Amino acid sequence: MSTYRIHGATGEWEVVIGLEVHAQVSTNAKLFSGASTAFGAEPNSQVSLVDAAMPGMLPVPNRECIRQAVRTGMAIEAEINAWSRFDRKNYFYADLPQGYQISQLYHPIVGEGSLTIEADEKAGIPEDKVIGIERIHVEQDAGKLMHDQHPTMSYVDLNRTGVALMEIVSRPDMRSPAEAGAYVRKLRSILRYVGSCDGNMEEGSMRADVNVSVRKPGEEFGTRTETKNVNSVRFVMQAIEHEARRQVDLIEDGGTVVQETRLFDPNTGTTRSMRSKEDAHDYRYFPDPDLLPLELDEAFLAECRASLPELPDAKRARYEGELGLTPYNARELTAEVETFARFETLLAETAKALDKNEADVATQVANWSLSVAPGVMKSLGDEGDAAHATAARQAAILKMQDAGEISGGQAKEIFERVLREGREPEEIAATEGLKQVSDTGAIEAEIDKIIAANQDKVEEYRGGKDKLFGFFVGQTMKAMQGKANPAVVNQLLKDKLG
Amino acid sequence: MPTDANSLTDLGVREIRDGVAAGDFSAREVAEACNAAVASAEALNAFIVATPEKALEAANAVDAARAKGDALGPMAGVPIGMKDLFATKGVQTTAASHILEGFVPPYESTVSQKLWDAGAAMLGKLNMDQFAMGSSNETSYFGNVASPWRKAGSNAAMSPGGSSGGTSAAIAARLCPAATGTDTGGSIRQPAAFTGICGIKPTYGRCSRWGVVAFASSLDQAGPMARSVEDCAIMLGAMAGFDPKDSTSLDASVPDWFGNLDADLRGKRVGIPREYRMDGTDQAILDSWDMGAQWLRDAGAEIVEVSLPHTKYALPAYYIVAPAEASSNLARYDGVRYGLRDLPEGAGLQDMYAATRADGFGDEVKRRIMLGTYVLSAGFYDAYYTQAQKIRTLVQRDFEAAFEACDVILAPTTPTASFPLDSLNNDPLTMYLNDVFAVPASLAGLPAMSVPATLTAEGLPLGLQIVGPAMDEQGVLNAGLAIEQRAGFTARPDRWW
Repeated sequence: MSTYRIHGATGEWEVVIGLEVHAQVSTNAKLFSGASTAFGAEPNSQVSLVDAAMPGMLPVPNRECIRQAVRTGMAIEAEINAWSRFDRKNYFYADLPQGYQISQLYHPIVGEGSLTIEADEKAGIPEDKVIGIERIHVEQDAGKLMHDQHPTMSYVDLNRTGVALMEIVSRPDMRSPAEAGAYVRKLRSILRYVGSCDGNMEEGSMRADVNVSVRKPGEEFGTRTETKNVNSVRFVMQAIEHEARRQVDLIEDGGTVVQETRLFDPNTGTTRSMRSKEDAHDYRYFPDPDLLPLELDEAFLAECRASLPELPDAKRARYEGELGLTPYNARELTAEVETFARFETLLAETAKALDKNEADVATQVANWSLSVAPGVMKSLGDEGDAAHATAARQAAILKMQDAGEISGGQAKEIFERVLREGREPEEIAATEGLKQVSDTGAIEAEIDKIIAANQDKVEEYRGGKDKLFGFFVGQTMKAMQGKANPAVVNQLLKDKLG
Repeated sequence: MPTDANSLTDLGVREIRDGVAAGDFSAREVAEACNAAVASAEALNAFIVATPEKALEAANAVDAARAKGDALGPMAGVPIGMKDLFATKGVQTTAASHILEGFVPPYESTVSQKLWDAGAAMLGKLNMDQFAMGSSNETSYFGNVASPWRKAGSNAAMSPGGSSGGTSAAIAARLCPAATGTDTGGSIRQPAAFTGICGIKPTYGRCSRWGVVAFASSLDQAGPMARSVEDCAIMLGAMAGFDPKDSTSLDASVPDWFGNLDADLRGKRVGIPREYRMDGTDQAILDSWDMGAQWLRDAGAEIVEVSLPHTKYALPAYYIVAPAEASSNLARYDGVRYGLRDLPEGAGLQDMYAATRADGFGDEVKRRIMLGTYVLSAGFYDAYYTQAQKIRTLVQRDFEAAFEACDVILAPTTPTASFPLDSLNNDPLTMYLNDVFAVPASLAGLPAMSVPATLTAEGLPLGLQIVGPAMDEQGVLNAGLAIEQRAGFTARPDRWW
């Protein structure tokens, strides 16, 4: 149970949140035309006759868009509707050439599903929580109006017109900005795993309509507002905070919340009214007569299912259960596709190099991947070239470290040189003197000298002053110019000091 | 063989293509004769744009191909008219509207392209009811089309029917042997009946709708109009075929309808739908219907009575479904990207929409957009659109049940013969009743054709309609051929234009 509350003059208020996420389907071609979908092209350079709604043009569904929507539905364990249909949503606007958007109101392709957001104490999410997803439907995106190109006219760019979107509609199951943020992040992670959307909110390939209402805990849902087109996780959370506060203040001042569409202003973190329910369009939805119902056969569904990768929850569970990683490491490593992909490659490479099971090296590789390697890369900044950091080279470093040939500090130093110079780790270690001495003879010789020179301290240590052990280690390491294997040093010192 | 210009324009599709192939005359001679006929028939106002140079160009290509010994297409050397609903690359395409006046498509409709590929030549773009909405060809922005037919002893201009009225007038007046039509709720069959020619609306999905300006997508279907059943069969063969660019296109092979024409109807049952005997139907129409049944009996068919119980709901349902789709299909004519733009001084986007559409659409188009918008509106959708769709299903089931008992259905095409222009303009409901016999087959997506039967006492043509089960154009054409052979309809309008 979320304990997030708005503190009002009349007591505490609970916020109720539902999200409609629009995710651009990752395909090369639009939903109903063959035009390209690449981002950032010259205005109106990716517009087919269909997109421009020329007379007599007809939509033909793009199979890949349908496939990605179905795979996404399967990834949230949703009901897949083998029979669905496209409807027209009619309204006039300059960025909508047909005068209607082809969408799916009555029979969406994906029905009821859910996803789980993970417990995060710090964010006020005490335990894992299942968020219901009502449906996913497929629809066309609109074009873009540009108001800053001409003193009196607006320009229209139709490149985005007709691009396939999935609208993923949650249940009003979230109770805090943090839960909403976690939901969007989790959803984005799933979409990226599946490969159905790149989840890039800055480029607009994922954006959210945020439905917010407030109520006294335990009471009925209040009237909700819908804040449109919010395009980052942070903004989603800000919009909720602001909107919930605004509604509480409004109600406590004797007003009532009106059902309306609102806009989020990222500069101020506030929302403002766009149009009220009374001004709402009558979209006159009806089945698109240019398109037959979409019927998915078993073979198609089976292919969709077979092509699904291991999904975030399953992967996290495996990292903890089979690889023995900490919950924190497992969560960090599975959050993004790039992260786990790099990790798994390095894990395989390292296990091979060490001739061990993956589970036996997983913790070492996880620590390297999450903390050591990013730290070195960050400190180098532009001076390092990440392309030099191949899995083979990193595995070579981990192997030397595992064998005790190099220390943790030397591993970092070697990695730094790899990034700067693109050289091989073994060669760096050999030629740059970056190897630690595990030769017991050499270390013993130094230890003997130190014991001889510090008899008084030896007596004190033997008399029970354990703290002095560190002194001997320090002296030995110093004598070895820091290149002695600490484990060997420790062992020898223990033996000799008795 | 005839070689003078007048007799060349009397020839049909088969005669022209066979004559060109045999070298009896050149395709160019036929094109020139038709170009001249088109040029001399301005009084009919059948064409919005004439393209004589295109007709010659295509004819020359056919002649050259023949000279080289290349294989000729099934329409080789046949000049045709193209209803202005079909997008023609580089040639103005307006759907007879002001809002698309001057619009020159950079693309060619699938159906017209198939006809050019088959060797046909384009004489021009044919006038029609605006956006195919009308039954008299009086809603065109480019003026009424006059039928070449007149009542005996009268000079009153008569309606050629609609919406394919330019097509029917041009063929009946021998400006061209054949032309394209489109049929949403009778727009091929009714004008064919009014002008004493043949026309077939194939099964929904037979002809691609790609590049055809949409009126009501779930009903629109292209088809040929010509002066004989065999010409329709040839031309339909050239127009039909699966088109991946139209999701509602039928993925089925195109039969050799012409090659399989057979007027021997022994073993066939012809259904006479009881409910088509409606009040207000002309006695002459009823008489021609009885006559038609007799002709089909003569051809060997058994005549059976069938029932289509939901017939009386078909027309109201049609006038909900078709305007609903039209109101949405015509939203794209908004002044933003092509066609007319009215941008009053200081106007915003909404003002531009209003001004452009107020000026660009005719009254009938506006009426249907408003009807369609109304029936789709919140609160009315279920009462109108949903109900109409249910009726549509019931009408389809009526036909399915009837075709258990018969192979084709015989009915009148229209409840009356042609009427004078301007006589029904202020009475849209009576105008809509013109299509009362045509609309059920449209709602059910079935193949249906009209063939000329006889003349009324006033000397106006009457047609008979044959409706077949889905995909059975052959059965429809064969029954049409049996009627054609027995009707012996050779009447032609006296030239006054």
